[in-house]
Amino acid sequence: MKMNMNMIRTVMLAGFASSLAQPGSAQQADLPKVDPAVVEAYVAGTWRSTSEGWRARVVQDETQRICTAARNEPSGAVFDQVRDKEKATVAFPADGVVVGDWQRGAQVAQRGTGGQFTDTEQTVRGGNCYACHQMSKAELSYGTLGPSLTNYGKDRKFDPAEARNAYAKIYNAMSVLPCSQMPRFGFHKFLSEQQIKDVVAYLFDPASPVNK
Amino acid sequence: MTMRTSLFSAAAVALGVFGAGLLAGQTANGQQAAPTQQPAQDLSEKEIERYRAMISDPMSNPGYLNVDRGEQLWSLARGTRNVSLEGCDIGLGPGKLEGAFAQLPRFFQDAGKVMDLEQRLLWCMTAIQGLDTKDVVARRFSGPGRTSDMEDLVGFIANKSNGMAYQPQLQHPKEQEMLAVGAAIFERRAGPWDFSCATCHAAEGKRIRLQGLPDFSKPGKAAQETMGSWPTYRVSQSQMRTMQHRLWDCYRQMRMPAPDYASDGLTALTVYMVRQAAGGEIQVPSIKR
Repeated sequence: MKMNMNMIRTVMLAGFASSLAQPGSAQQADLPKVDPAVVEAYVAGTWRSTSEGWRARVVQDETQRICTAARNEPSGAVFDQVRDKEKATVAFPADGVVVGDWQRGAQVAQRGTGGQFTDTEQTVRGGNCYACHQMSKAELSYGTLGPSLTNYGKDRKFDPAEARNAYAKIYNAMSVLPCSQMPRFGFHKFLSEQQIKDVVAYLFDPASPVNK
Repeated sequence: MTMRTSLFSAAAVALGVFGAGLLAGQTANGQQAAPTQQPAQDLSEKEIERYRAMISDPMSNPGYLNVDRGEQLWSLARGTRNVSLEGCDIGLGPGKLEGAFAQLPRFFQDAGKVMDLEQRLLWCMTAIQGLDTKDVVARRFSGPGRTSDMEDLVGFIANKSNGMAYQPQLQHPKEQEMLAVGAAIFERRAGPWDFSCATCHAAEGKRIRLQGLPDFSKPGKAAQETMGSWPTYRVSQSQMRTMQHRLWDCYRQMRMPAPDYASDGLTALTVYMVRQAAGGEIQVPSIKR
C-alpha cells in the first residue's frame, strides 16, 4: 500500500514539476513563459561538444528537476517526497563510526579543487566548505552563502547523535532539508566516506579549531 | 608600442603583487583590530573595496592594449574576400559601433537569430570576410604568449559604448524566447554539486570566501555594476576577459562541463543578465582582481 502511494506521488510530482517550470517570485513574474522542452534544447546545444563521460553532469536527476521547478521551496507533499527519497540514499559507515581525523578534515574544508573541467582525475577533491561557511574563527577568508559553523560541535555538546546527523547532512544535505543549496557530497560520490568522516571530526572534535 | 607594453606589464605586476600584499595585510589587521566576527568582516570588505578602487585606474589598465589591438583587427583585411570587418552590422548598421554594445544581444534578421557580440563577430568573419574562424575560436581565451582576436575586438567595440546605458532589446519574439530561456537556465540545478547560477547569485551581499557575489535574481544595482564593467582586465589572470569567459569560469566552479563557446544557451543567459542590468552605465574595459 505504501509502495502504491509512493508511485502515485511520483506520477503526480512529474506533472507538478512541469507545471511549475516558470520562476514564480514577484520579481520574476513579468518574465515571458517558455516550454521546458525548449529550455532543454538550448541546454543540449550549449554542451553539444561535451564528451560522453561529462555529458551526464548536464542531465538533471529527478530531485534537481523538482527543486528547480519549485525554486528550492517545495510545498508540503513535495517536501516530504524529496526528503524521504534523499534520506534513503544516505550510507553510513559500516562500523557506525562517523568521526574521523579533524586535521585531515580541515584540509578537506579548505580545499577548493577537484572535479572541475580544468582538473585531472588525479586532482585531490576538496569539500570547499570555507567557500560558503565560517568554521575556524582563525580563518577570515570564508564565504557567507551558508550559515556560520563556528563552535558547531561544542554548541551540540559533542553529542554522538548530532555527529551522526552531521554525517548525514554532508552525505546528502537534502535528506535534512529538501532542495538545500548545499551539494550532496556523498550521494554524488564527490567526497569519499573517509573525507566526510574527517569533516565531521573537524566539526565535532573538541581539539578542532572550529570549537576553540 | 613595445615601451608601452612593458610599462603596462610592469604596472600589472605591481598591481598584482600589491594586491596580494594588501589582502594579506588586511587579514592580519582585521584579526588584531577586531576580535569579534562582524567588525572583522566589515573591515575586510572595506579593505577589499579600497583595493578595488586602487586598481580601477584607466591610465594603468592593460585592457586598453586589447582595445588598441581590437581597433587594428577591426580594419584588417583578411579572409577569402580579403576585406575588413568594417562592413559588419553589430546592430546599428554596418560599421556603426558607437552605442552598439549597449543594445546587445539582439535579433539579427540576416542571421535569423539572437546574438551576443562574440557570436555576431564570428558570423561577420564567416559571412563578410570569408574567414575560417577555426583559429579565432581556438584562441578565444588568451593565455601566456597567445592573444585572442575575440577579446581584443570585444574590448574595442564594447569601449565604444562607454558612458552609455544598457538598453535590453526584448521586442522580437526570439528575444523574448531568449529572455525566458536565460531565466530558466539561471535557475536550472545540475551536476555533481547540484548548483545553478542562482545558488550563488540570487541574494544580496553574499560572498564566496572574500569575493562578493552580484545578485542577478532581480533588476538593479548589482546587475548594473557587474554588466557595466565587463569586459574587464583580470589582474589575477593578466588577461582581458569577456562575459563568455566569465560564464565558462562559473560553470567550471560549478563542476559542470565546459559550455560551448558562443553557444545559444550562453547568449540566453546574457540576455537575461542584460535585462537585469537595464539602465546600467557601461565603463569598459574595467579592471578587476
